[in-house]
Amino acid sequence: MSFVFWLLAAITVAGGLAAVLLKNLVHCALALTVVFAGLALLFLQLDAQFAGFAQILVYVGAVAILVVFAILLTRSSETPKDGGVFSRTWGAGLAISAAVFAVLGWVVLQSEAGLPREISVPNVTVLQIGNALMGRYVLPLEIVALLLTAALIGAVIVAMHEKGDAK
Amino acid sequence: MLEKADQLFVLLRDWVVGFLPPGWRDAAGVVLGVIGIVAVFPGLFAITTVLERKGLGRMQNRIGPNRTGPFGILQPIADAIKSLTKEDIVPLNADAVVHFLAPVFLVVVVFMGFAVLPVGRNMVLVDMDASLLFYFAMGASTEVSIFMAGWSSRNKYSLLGAMRAVAQMISYEVPLLMSSIVVVMMTGSLSLVRIVEAQNQYTWGLPHWYIFTPWGCAAFVMYAIAATAETNRSPFDLPEGESELVAGYFTEYSGFKFALFFLGEYLGMLSISGLGTTLFLGGWSAPLAALNWVPSWIWFFSKVMLSIVVLIWVRGTLPRLRQDQLMNFAWKFVVPMTLLNLMVAALWRFLGEGWARWVVCSAILVIVYVAAGRAGMRGKHFGPRTYRYAE
Amino acid sequence: MLGEGILKGLAETAKNFAGSFVSAERLTTVEYPEQRIPTAENARVFPFLVFDGTNWEAGMRCVACQICEKECPPKCIYIEKSKDKKPDFVGKMQIYPAKFDIDVSVCMSCQICVEVCPFEAIKMDTEFELSTTDRFGGLLFDRKHLAKSNGYYHKIHPTEAAEVDARLAEEKAKAEAKAKAAAAKAAATPASGSAPGAAAPDAKAAEDAPAPKPSGGGE
Repeated sequence: MSFVFWLLAAITVAGGLAAVLLKNLVHCALALTVVFAGLALLFLQLDAQFAGFAQILVYVGAVAILVVFAILLTRSSETPKDGGVFSRTWGAGLAISAAVFAVLGWVVLQSEAGLPREISVPNVTVLQIGNALMGRYVLPLEIVALLLTAALIGAVIVAMHEKGDAK
Repeated sequence: MLEKADQLFVLLRDWVVGFLPPGWRDAAGVVLGVIGIVAVFPGLFAITTVLERKGLGRMQNRIGPNRTGPFGILQPIADAIKSLTKEDIVPLNADAVVHFLAPVFLVVVVFMGFAVLPVGRNMVLVDMDASLLFYFAMGASTEVSIFMAGWSSRNKYSLLGAMRAVAQMISYEVPLLMSSIVVVMMTGSLSLVRIVEAQNQYTWGLPHWYIFTPWGCAAFVMYAIAATAETNRSPFDLPEGESELVAGYFTEYSGFKFALFFLGEYLGMLSISGLGTTLFLGGWSAPLAALNWVPSWIWFFSKVMLSIVVLIWVRGTLPRLRQDQLMNFAWKFVVPMTLLNLMVAALWRFLGEGWARWVVCSAILVIVYVAAGRAGMRGKHFGPRTYRYAE
Repeated sequence: MLGEGILKGLAETAKNFAGSFVSAERLTTVEYPEQRIPTAENARVFPFLVFDGTNWEAGMRCVACQICEKECPPKCIYIEKSKDKKPDFVGKMQIYPAKFDIDVSVCMSCQICVEVCPFEAIKMDTEFELSTTDRFGGLLFDRKHLAKSNGYYHKIHPTEAAEVDARLAEEKAKAEAKAKAAAAKAAATPASGSAPGAAAPDAKAAEDAPAPKPSGGGE
């Protein structure tokens, strides 16, 4: 566990805590972006290049923006002016995240992968990922694409309906 | 001798790094490379600002700035001094932390993009297998910074400008990536170094640059359009248009932070021109086999500056597109054309060598382009506007 | 074909670019302050007071009637009448302004003062390079600063000045003719006609002087 790992882990955990505890929702979304970036850097530190860059491209570039748009469309983006950095429900947030972490940690430790073991790290290149996706796993890929298209069409229909109702 | 000129900076770095103990050499080499990037590209940014102001001036039948230095070439220094000495005003209601971090984040992310561009033979800061993916990941992160800038100013014009800018950038990410994917498909690698090496071959003295193929030419045009939109550059500069939104998402910025945004935008322009050069114009390879004696980094920077000149030319010529017009254009015209281009490139590969594939691929692209253009323009009347006045 | 217009536009700007190096008359700007575009004849910036002859105090046309001060919309004119009188261009004794200040930073160049002046005394100047480092008094022009000769008026607004001069000369001729007629009448009836005779030319001259209302003319 090198120094870089501890640094990245500290950044990610700090971002996660900020995302749960801060009062201003948009600040929470930006802290979530920091978490995504930290995760991507952890992937890169583990030599998973494709996963790391895809994480930045998809999560930081698109999902973070989506979360922010969603927050701005609701009224919770207006912040009350009373002082304090943390939100009023910080205890509940902390408790829930600790509970989720405990459950996930227990599951991981109970499974095979949780036990520390010296295995040789496979060197997975983008070429191998591409070959696998187009070769062995092409059916799941196409099904996921179909699912995403359906989601997109559904979103468009929902948006159009709202415009029709408003008119 | 010519070999030395070509590898000048590599040899320089090796010589400097040779003074250090072996454990430190790699890190020192990287640091020297970073220093090189931080020195060269802002210098190019200064040259770009002068070129832009003088070039736009001449295109508009006037002389650009000509008071600072002979022919105004010291203008960037004057601009820099002005930006550094102006008062840094942060609005009272603004979110101070985010307001401060937005330009910093933008400049950091844009500089990261330069790390994977192969500037010359053996001259790339980080040679990764998936460097193109890294570049696009950095490009996607600039949107977050623009949103941060617009939202933290607590100003409705800024927020509106930021939302428009983010929507525009997300819409044009798709054609940008899709037109680059064609190049990846034909090269077989995501690594920018490999892509340039694949274009560095010559047939009858002419290079194998991807722009000289039908699918490459179409992809280059769409890449250029998407790149212009990604960097919020005219004619897609509605988010920062002075006449529409004051200054859009950087209304509330002044002094050094504004200079950082300006720097970030122009560096983004240089960076995306560099990527376009690498993908389509052959990177550091010479246009003719006979010209290989000129150092490779000179070719790269000439091509980048040529792209910048074309960007300035387009800025001086075209009027601004309205938000809905540019979104329509992205989703309804450019994205289908990029998908078609992908299929044409696949067809190119399957038809094998020979003149047949040139004819077939060019014909498909040209016919579909003209037909789609005609279909899109049907029902639109252009001409002098007529007015009806209330009497 | 789609994109044709864009290519034509690019060709046009390229022509502009290349042409601007070759032909100087293509450029729409001049290198100020080394070169200056001459101002149009009916340009107007801020008012000035006209004086005839060479002595600005003696020849000033303004009689401190204060009409321009009352009509000025932003009230930038301040006039103080004098205690004594001096002769005007027809020889009649008129009061003159002891103080005539125009605050040029307030003046909006609307030219109403010029339009209402019955004596053709205040006209619009064309000088615009008036920046000064004195924030508080530098743009407050006093009588001496505002007084400029009729020759200068001819230089900046030739046709207008010629019209004004013609009108004033006509008036002067009429006044002189009246004076001569009254003097002849007075000479014909020396005893009884002297008092009413002396009053008549004055009344006639006073009538004729304000009579020529400034027409639209060249102003």
